[in-house]
Amino acid sequence: MKISPSSLTTPRARVKGLGSAKSGTSHFWHQRVSGAALVILTFAFVCTVMSLAGADHAKAVATLKSPFTGIMMLAFVLAGVYHMRLGMQVIIEDYVPSEGTKLVCLMLNTFFAALIGLASVYALLKISIGL
Amino acid sequence: MADAKTPAERPLSPHLQIYKLTLTMAMSIIHRITGGALYFGTILLALYLVAVASGKDAYGIAAAVYGSWFGKLVLFGYTWALFHHMLGGIRHFIWDAGAGLTHPARETIVKATLIGSVALTILAWLIAAK
Repeated sequence: MKISPSSLTTPRARVKGLGSAKSGTSHFWHQRVSGAALVILTFAFVCTVMSLAGADHAKAVATLKSPFTGIMMLAFVLAGVYHMRLGMQVIIEDYVPSEGTKLVCLMLNTFFAALIGLASVYALLKISIGL
Repeated sequence: MADAKTPAERPLSPHLQIYKLTLTMAMSIIHRITGGALYFGTILLALYLVAVASGKDAYGIAAAVYGSWFGKLVLFGYTWALFHHMLGGIRHFIWDAGAGLTHPARETIVKATLIGSVALTILAWLIAAK
């Protein structure tokens, strides 16, 4: 690449190619990878929920206790909260102009995703390991 | 840096209301709306799982709420949002790969995601209700 003599970017920064946000294309890429995982996991999730329709407590526990179903549900929840946190981050960055409010919203976004993830994982583990 | 605290008057790029609504544009907007709906809808999933983990009484309440006509309506909408957002994501994968970007291909893909999401939703509910 021919370097313009007037460029203020250092050669090192140009080689790293991470741009002004210092993260390059990683947000975009993580959104795609978690999205690809979720295409598969969504089908497993919907099948599980379909089998739980109208179930009593014993059946719900037995279904979620099965290792395959449990692992698929854990994977769905983890990939899901990661993917949705990235997605909501973009929405906040697009629509919240004030820096302060944006910062608070981004923080709440992380807290929300973490809370949903932790509650779901805790519940799934409690169902699988002991109840 | 004397004027650093004065926000610069920058020109605003035209937004939604300026353009004629097209199908691809509507699908793009719906992709974001379904994403937002799924985001808050995960509360329902977490509550359900916690209810199962908490025992019979809590599960009974959750099952009654989710099984009511209103609960079913919300879950039906959630199913559609999930499938529509998933197919919308696949559409983005296709476009990311540089394929399907001609005008007729765009329209076909967009219609396919719409028909596909409705079909998958109805199919899932028919099988679950069997």
